[in-house]
Amino acid sequence: MKRMAFLISTWAFAVSMIWGLVGTPAVQAQLEVLDENQAPGRTMAQQATKERQIWITADHSRHAVLQNEFNSGPEVTKACLSCHELAAGQFHKTIHWTWLDPNVPAEERIGKAGHAINNFCINLNGNEPRCTSCHAGYGWRDSSFNFKDEAAVDCLVCHEQTGTYKKFPTGAGNPVEKPTVFKGNNKTYNPPDWNKVAQSVGRPTRTNCGTCHFYGGGGDGVKHGDIDSSLAKPNKALDVHMGLDGQNFDCVRCHTTTLHNISGRTYATPAATHRKSLIEDDLASKIMCESCHSNTPHKPGVKANDHTDKVACQSCHIPEFARVNATKMAWDWSKAGLKKDGKPYALKGPHGKPTYDTKKGEFRWEKNVQPAYFWFNGSINAITARDTIDPSQPVNINWPVGNRADVNARIFPFKVHAGKQPYDKINKTLLIPKLFGPKGSGAYWAEYDWKKSFDKGMQAAGLSFSGEFDFVETRYVFPITHMVAPKDNVVDCIECHSAEGRLASLAGFYMPGRDNFKTINVFGWILVLGTLVAVTFHGLGRAISSSRKEG
Amino acid sequence: MTGKKMVNTYLYTRYERFWHWLQTALISILLVTGFEVDGFYTLLGYKTAVEVHNFVGLGWLIAFAFFVFWLLTTGEWKQYVPTTKKMFTVIHYYMLGIFRGDPHPVPKRKDAKHNPLQRIAYLSVAMFLLPLQMISGFLYWSYNSWTAWGLDWLSLPVVAAIHILGAFGVLSFLVGHIYMTTTGHTLFAHIRAMITGWEEIPEGVELEDWEKRQRKGHQASESEAPSA
Repeated sequence: MKRMAFLISTWAFAVSMIWGLVGTPAVQAQLEVLDENQAPGRTMAQQATKERQIWITADHSRHAVLQNEFNSGPEVTKACLSCHELAAGQFHKTIHWTWLDPNVPAEERIGKAGHAINNFCINLNGNEPRCTSCHAGYGWRDSSFNFKDEAAVDCLVCHEQTGTYKKFPTGAGNPVEKPTVFKGNNKTYNPPDWNKVAQSVGRPTRTNCGTCHFYGGGGDGVKHGDIDSSLAKPNKALDVHMGLDGQNFDCVRCHTTTLHNISGRTYATPAATHRKSLIEDDLASKIMCESCHSNTPHKPGVKANDHTDKVACQSCHIPEFARVNATKMAWDWSKAGLKKDGKPYALKGPHGKPTYDTKKGEFRWEKNVQPAYFWFNGSINAITARDTIDPSQPVNINWPVGNRADVNARIFPFKVHAGKQPYDKINKTLLIPKLFGPKGSGAYWAEYDWKKSFDKGMQAAGLSFSGEFDFVETRYVFPITHMVAPKDNVVDCIECHSAEGRLASLAGFYMPGRDNFKTINVFGWILVLGTLVAVTFHGLGRAISSSRKEG
Repeated sequence: MTGKKMVNTYLYTRYERFWHWLQTALISILLVTGFEVDGFYTLLGYKTAVEVHNFVGLGWLIAFAFFVFWLLTTGEWKQYVPTTKKMFTVIHYYMLGIFRGDPHPVPKRKDAKHNPLQRIAYLSVAMFLLPLQMISGFLYWSYNSWTAWGLDWLSLPVVAAIHILGAFGVLSFLVGHIYMTTTGHTLFAHIRAMITGWEEIPEGVELEDWEKRQRKGHQASESEAPSA
């Protein structure tokens, strides 16, 4: 028995030695792993975020210039610029100000201020005073807005910390001068206490960014699906990084900023060109998971470390989006305009969200949504209102760029928003409606006349409308990257490695458990069952012949 | 069987038996987990199935190296040298004689454990099928290192297809092999032998020279020690 025990233990030793050799990534050597049961990617991220105390040397409440009397936003901005002379100049160059993709020539008009289209409220042109309530500026009422005006920059919306500063929804970016009720939500908007808000300024928090980004598309959770008001004060279960009971990250913890340029994807430009960790470049932006977690974040030998070259962290670590608030998944403009007793009306449905609105048409909202998955290299291409479409099939307004062969592409989760929206039957382009405006302006929400609305909208965008329109199905994608769940709530292997799984429709590569080789399986089972049948008959033959002999 | 006296003979050494059953366990686990990974059913859960399959697969590679070492150092490899002599007699036996209750034409001996059919079967399994599984399995497992190893030209679906095809081969062998264990003079005689090392074999069957595995300074007849 001793020899047997020796053999077994030698074998077990050899197995574990080989595992140790092949399974240990180099990263471990560079780290002092505090808890050896913890994944190195967590340790690394914890070290990168250890120093959380932010210290400043200025108390804005004691600045003399901020004791002055202010009556408008631009007056405050001038006061800010009296010390921060370069701030407006920096900000003027950013996409937050121009609403145009800074990485393509302005003539191409890529961006909200240009000819970019979505399948929500479609486009800004002609609708400025409503849309620009989310512009970090004052007075973008129409195309005559002066983008060179330094005083028109709204410092407060991003930097004030009282939580009382509100821009009026239809005020072209201005707060009100006297208390005013907004009919859209029946809320009263009060003029800001300018001195108080100006003296409160600090680094942007989740609430500052969320003022606009939680409400993109005109309401909570309309657009993104992974960004809504639930992220203002999330718990760890909703977002492991931002959770108040977790790391309590602000947005800018990852969206690191240079010269007021906030890191993140802009249209076709990826958020980062390389997935570098801070070990490789300590000045890199922290926008990628890999920045802090490295590209082998799991424990040595864990298969998930092998997936990081082709599967984005988000794909497994955000099992569902819209986990607290519902998000809009479909918008059908073709149903707009129905009236009850001659009057516009609205209906509420599940999740307390509208399912119908005469102004906008029909909606579908969903909670706990499983993402769609596409190859994605960080770049999203899109058509504009100038591009011709094929109305015989659903139109992809934007789509993730990347494929299996692209080394920068990963399988990435997306929200896909389904739309049905107007297009020009003759020109074969998507149409820009003028939605917002007073009666007589041609605005759809005042007159319910689509033709007038397209005339005005396309005119404002400098584009032509033939006069003939219909509605076409469209799709619009949003990458899902927020609402990262704690490590116990991840997508299970089988959810993708199965025929009917999450990646069932992602073609172009072989994946174990999902794909099978029909011919080989048929041949294999014939071989196995054939053997089984043969030995069964052979056995039966023996049984019969021996019983005959005995009998 | 035919009234011949049966002699209890020590056929399989401790290491052989240990290796046989270890390999049985490893291959069974590999088959069960492998077919789960391939999506035929859910048993351990995908993640566990993959982890177990990888661990056991690598373990098998190492253990197999020990086995090859044993084969070479003990000269046992000669038991696997293929021959056509008596091959057709053996085939004939399994096709007809076995039903008539004839004695096995090539009974086991310590230094001739395998009949010609077994020799060719085990040799092709050990030389081709199992190495095919080990090589394709190792490549499959090391997929992420292909670029670093200059194996970019390999195709994952092809490697996977070969590995799955091999698995069916192994499973099919297993079915036949298990059935063949029942063909001894009693149903469990062969299995008992592989557990205890001892098997009852008919006395007085002369071995032909080619059947004997030669050992230096060690006569085949001497090594046969009937138990008391």
